[in-house]
Parts: sequence; structure tokens; C-alpha cells
Amino acid sequence: MNRLSIEGVSRNFGGVRALDDVSFVVEPGTIHGLIGPNGAGKTTLINILSGLLPPNTGRMSYKNCDLHRLAVYQMAAIGIARTFQNIRLFPHMTCLENVEAGQHLTSRRSLLPRLLQLPSARREDRQLHERAMQTLDRVGLADKAYYQSRNLSYGERRRLEIARALALNPSLLLLDEPVAGMRQGEASVVADLLRTLCREGTTILLIEHNMSFVMSLCSRITVLDFGRVLTTGSPAEVRACHEVIEAYLGAGVPHHA
Amino acid sequence: MEHLLQFYAIYGSVINFIGINALMALSLNVTLSAGMLSLGNAAFAAIGGYTAGILSLHFKLPYVVSLAGGTFAAGLVGLVIGLPVLRLRGVFLAMATLAFGEMVRLAAVNLNVTGGAEGLTGIPNVTTTWMIYLVLAAAAYFLAVLRRSRLGWGLISIREDETAAGSLGIRITYYKVVAFVIGAMLAGLAGGMYAHLNYLITPRDYGFFIAVDLLIYNIVGGIGVWYGPILGAVMLTALPEVLRGIGVTAGPIRLGINGLILLLVILFLPNGLASLFSRRQRSDAKVEAG
Amino acid sequence: MSILLQQLINGLFIGSVYGLFAVGYTLVFGVLDMLNLAHAAIFTLGGLIALWLVENAGLSIWLAFPVATIVAGVLGLLLNQVAFAPLRKRSDSQFSGLISSIAMAIIFEAGALGLFGARSVRFPVGTFAAHTWHIGGITITLLQIGIVCVAALLMVILTLFIGHARIGKAIRAVGESERAATLLGINVNGIIALTFFVSSALGGAAGILFGLYFNNLTPDMGRSIELKGLAVIILGGMGSVPGAILGGLAFGLSEVLTVAITGTSTLRDAVAFGVLFVILLIRPSGLLGRGKTREV
Repeated sequence: MNRLSIEGVSRNFGGVRALDDVSFVVEPGTIHGLIGPNGAGKTTLINILSGLLPPNTGRMSYKNCDLHRLAVYQMAAIGIARTFQNIRLFPHMTCLENVEAGQHLTSRRSLLPRLLQLPSARREDRQLHERAMQTLDRVGLADKAYYQSRNLSYGERRRLEIARALALNPSLLLLDEPVAGMRQGEASVVADLLRTLCREGTTILLIEHNMSFVMSLCSRITVLDFGRVLTTGSPAEVRACHEVIEAYLGAGVPHHA
Repeated sequence: MEHLLQFYAIYGSVINFIGINALMALSLNVTLSAGMLSLGNAAFAAIGGYTAGILSLHFKLPYVVSLAGGTFAAGLVGLVIGLPVLRLRGVFLAMATLAFGEMVRLAAVNLNVTGGAEGLTGIPNVTTTWMIYLVLAAAAYFLAVLRRSRLGWGLISIREDETAAGSLGIRITYYKVVAFVIGAMLAGLAGGMYAHLNYLITPRDYGFFIAVDLLIYNIVGGIGVWYGPILGAVMLTALPEVLRGIGVTAGPIRLGINGLILLLVILFLPNGLASLFSRRQRSDAKVEAG
Repeated sequence: MSILLQQLINGLFIGSVYGLFAVGYTLVFGVLDMLNLAHAAIFTLGGLIALWLVENAGLSIWLAFPVATIVAGVLGLLLNQVAFAPLRKRSDSQFSGLISSIAMAIIFEAGALGLFGARSVRFPVGTFAAHTWHIGGITITLLQIGIVCVAALLMVILTLFIGHARIGKAIRAVGESERAATLLGINVNGIIALTFFVSSALGGAAGILFGLYFNNLTPDMGRSIELKGLAVIILGGMGSVPGAILGGLAFGLSEVLTVAITGTSTLRDAVAFGVLFVILLIRPSGLLGRGKTREV
């Protein structure tokens, strides 16, 4: 039920087959990797999962809902949060405000109590503020809380986007290249965070090109190429799979324990 | 005290006009804060003004009831128009709302019930300066509080990045329509009060140029804070009077100064004059990259 | 019947002027994705400058026309330099460019007011030879033919230019993707400046023709045409030059026919904006347009 199941999803753009009969399952409480060469359709799949694009065929279900029937804003309501390949932060807000904006579904912020300046409103604001700070702390950005988000470094902005997604209290996190452009140290901080989230029961589906990151973190990996699933399996299985090696990993594949 | 009364005797109408303009500018701010370039607020003011005027004049309803009627009528039209129109992006939304504004103005010119090109006369002039500024203060307070509410956060998120806002569970279209209707109602209220100010309204009071003026008040004053539009409206409405005081009468120089102010603001102070006062808007905490 | 024909011909004349004006609008939008609201002000200045040249400098209209057109083009360069170029790097360049153009429009109008006064003026008698032909119940003046020919000539030249000349193709490239154009070695800034020059020159030319046709120039004559110009480019499709031309003709015809059918001119504008509104709701990309019109 809390498992994300994708069956036979296809999507065309004009004459281009971006996704072709994609099927796989993401088990609840696991970290599932989605890899493949550029243009393989990974981001398209995430866009379809999060409701930005409708599929031409196929079904996706999560928590007994047919995802393709849902509008974008309904995704968050059933616990799906995402980050974007091109980082879509709120540029003129501070880090803290970005996370507070993410609290949309987990807050009430009603108008009337605020108009009357009731103490309950101030209490809620304080609580939201604290919660947002805690979330920032989880991604290591608590000291940058009042900085304008567009002034952060690239890696920090990726972490902030994750923090904003976490503000939703999601049960399923769709991450599009969460550690792209990060140094090793920063990436492993994120890896630790994701492992902790996973232990807490969050399901994570992530797209990445950073192979060591993916191999060490994910319990299962799906490989896409030209919109088709080459294989789904454990990191070891994927590494050993001939088609994958041919299509993607190539000769210079880094070996890991 | 005497001086104050004298000042008011001379400048009373200007002070009233500034108040109405500020209220109108606030009404535009609601949609602007959500990133919507809607230029139809002059039309909503017209709808509110004419409705309230007709209710007072022909149906002899009390002032407050007429005002409410005008406000409600504007809101209703805003709802009907908003639903289809708000799917358009940027420039196209601006043009659709401008076109709508022109249609309303032309309707006012051509219909008998609105008195045609001469407008409506004989509306009881019961609006006082206190009323205007009371309503203005209430509206400003309302909008300031709105900003910190769920709706306000949602609107600002929509303005910053609509796609991201949707992924956070914000109902984009619904919030846009709500903002649009609130703006329309505020404009309708302002229009209704204006109608009862001078016992006369004509279609020319609500033309295309008024719509652009409202935009300019917001830009010059600053969109991001509640007092920005008020600041812009006050400054740009009072400026011609000040200039007249030092001998510069209506004409090319006054017009040119308006344009110059707008140009300088957009080039050098894009967050408006309000950013000079708000530390927050200026702060650009830098971080070393990498 | 002959009345209908007469109206059609009138519609054609005014439509060609609308088309010429709209082409300038749509050129800038196609290249920069920005609406230049100062276009109407340059339209006005074009007409007024030509008038000044004829009246005060004693030039014949045949000389005043190209000179004023070029001056209008230079104003366009100035517009770009002052109001658009500094804003291109901004993330909200579309919006701030719009505001900036409004500011410049006000400044230009103030300039027109200051230089030429607020009264309406007309071209002196004899500026253009007054020949009239009466063919089977229809009246055509030499002026009307001249206007159509000049407008048509300019529009044809422009279309050929954009379609075939190297620079024309460069303009289209910049319109498609600025980054790709830069990578191809195209001088993007130069192309943008050139686009403004051409667009404003055409706008100024339209202003001169408009002024000759109605023989009544005021500093705010651009206002009436501004909204119509917007309606035309929406109708024809933003960014499409042929669309602007066709849209202009269609608009001119519908305007004239509305007056003819309803017998009054008051509904004319209302119909125009009603049509514009409906088109925006149903098919915002217009007849031949390009570009994103809805939120994704």
C-alpha cells in the first residue's frame, strides 16, 4: 500500500518515445535508485509521478491512489514530495522562509486568529518557526537560516531544496539528482540524512549520476535507457548485468566494495 | 489648528483622492504579490462604483448597503472572469484584463442605466475623508495579516516559482482566483466610495490609463510590503500638487518626471521605494561560493 | 453593393497601417519575448517629426518620410540602450522590461507634448497631391493608394529580409534561443539593437501614414492605436510577422465593417476588444503564433 508501483508507463513527445512500457516497484521504507544515461527518461518519469505530466499509457499507484488521476497539488496531500533537477527554490526568500513555505500542508495559519492578534496565532508561528529550523538543521543549513536562498552555493541550494521537501512530512521522496555538483564530503552528509530518513520509514526514489553514491546507498536500482527499463535489481545485480554495462557503465566503471 | 483647517480646505479633495488611489493600489497589490499581471482593477472599480451609484441613486439604498452591493458585484464579476482568464501567463493575462477593462468602460459609455458618456450624477456625496482613511487603514491591516496567513504564503510561493509551489500542495488556480476576487472586491469598494465622493462618475474615470497608473504606484512604492503601494500612490498623487506649488503646471515636465521616476525605480531600485526602508529587502547576505 | 466595396477598400487602407504598426510590435516580442509598450509613443513621434520636417524644414513628404522613419529607428536604439539592455540579465526581465517600456512611453509622450504642444495639428495643404478617382461608385484617393503601396512595400521587404537575408535569419535565431545564437557566433546584442531599430522605424512609418490618412495629429494619438495593435498581434499570433500583417488587415476590415453594419462607431471598439478577449481565452497563440501562452 505504501509501495509505489509503476506499471506499463509510456510517454511520447511528438515522435519521440521518452518512456516505453516502464514497470517497477519501489518497496516502502527503502531507497531506490533510478539511473541511466542522459536522455533516458528519468526526469520525465519523475515529472509523471509528481503529476506535472500525464502518461500516455500505464498506471502508477501509491497508497491505493491512482497517481495519474491526481493533480499536482494533490500529490503532496498523499505524502509525495519532490526536488527538481534544475533546483526550483524560492529565490527571494531566505532559507528559513523556503522551508516555512514548504509547511503549507502541515500548518493552518488561519486568517481570523491573526486578524485578532490572538496568542494562539503567535504560538503557531513560533512552533512553525522552530520546526523549520529543525528541518534546516537536519540538512546542515541551520547557520544559514537567514541568508537569501539565491546566495547559497550550489550544493547548499540542493540541500535546501531537500529541506523544503521534508517540511511536508512526506512518506515518499522523489529526488532528482540530489547530490549533483557536490563534493564527496557534502554528498556523504546527504547520504547519511537519506539513510536516517529511510530508517524512519520514508521511502525514497532518487535519480543520480554519481555512481558511488547510488551503489552505496540504494537497496535496489532501476536502470533506464532510451525510455526502457533494462533491469531492476540490487546494486550487485545491476553491476553484473551485461546490458547495463554495455549501455551505460562502459569500460571505466569504478569498483566498490 | 487654524492652519490645519485651512490646509484641509484647500487640499481636501487631493487628500481624498490620495486615499482612494492608495486603496486602489492596494487592491492591485494582492494579485501582483502572486505574480499575476492583472490590469483589470480599474474595471472592477467601475463596476463597484456604478453599482453602488445606481443603488444609491435609483433605489435610494443607504450608503453602506450600496457600498456592499458594489463590492459584491465587483467580486462576482471577478469570479466569473477570473476562472477562465487566470490560466493565461504573464503578458497574455495583462492583455486579457486590459481588454476586459476596455469592454467595461465602453459598456459604461453606451448603456443607458449608466448614464452614457456623461455618467451618473446626483449621487449623494457622503464619503468623508475619515471614512476613506479608515477603510484604507483596515484594508492595509487586512493585507498585511493576509501575507502571513496560509493564503499569503501560498500566493508568494506561486509568485516565486509556480511549479515548485504546486509540488508543495498549494492549489494554484484556486489561490489565484481567490487573490483575484479579493483584489476585485477591494477595487469595487474603492470605486463605490469614489462614486459617493463627488456625486458624479464618468466612464473616463476608469480608463486604461488608470489601470497603468495603479501598476506604476505599486512598482514605485514596492510590491513586497503592505505599505509599498500606499507609498507609491501617495507620492505619485501628491507630486503633481507639489510641483504645481513650485510653479510647474500640468504638461510635459510633470509627465516627464513621472516617467523618469518610474524608469529610475525599475532600473536601480527594482523593489521600489519601500526597499529603502525595509532592511530585509536590502539584505543580501553573501556566502563564499564553492 | 458599392458601399460594401467602398468599406472593404477603406478597411484595407486602415488595415495596412495597423499591420505595419503591429509588425514592429511583434518583431520585438518574437526576438525578446517582451512587449514594448513604448512602440505607440514612437508611432506618434514619427508622425509629428515628419510633420515638423514638412512644415518647418520645408521638405517634401517624399523626403520627410524616410528621414522621420530613420529618426524613429534611432529612437528605438535609444529605447533599447536605456530601457531594455540593462534589464536583460534579470530573472524577471519580461516584467521589468514591460515596466521600463511604460516609463519610456511616458517620457516619449512628454517629449512629444513639449516639442509639439498639445493641440492637434495637420499636414499643410498640398503635402500630398490630392487626386481622387471615382470608379463605379467607389472613391479612392491617391493618398490611399500611396499608403497601401508604401505599407505593402515595407512589409514585403521585411518579410523577405527576415526570411532570406543572413541578418534576418540571425534575428530569427536569436528569437529561438539566445544562447544557441551566441554559440553560433551571432552578435546577439547587435541583433537586438537592429531589431529595435527596424521595429521602431516601421512604427514611426506607420505613424506618418496614419497621420497623413486622418490628417489629425496629437501627442497622444498613439494611445488609440496601442490597444488595437495589441489586439492585432494577439489575433495574428505573437511573434509572427505574417500574422501581424494578416491580423492588421483583418482588424481594419472588421473595424470598418462593424461601423458600416451597426451604423455607429461606439460599438466598434467594444467588438474589437470582445473579440480579443475571446481569442485570448480560446486560442491565445492566435492564428499563426508561437510561444508558450499557458502556464505549464
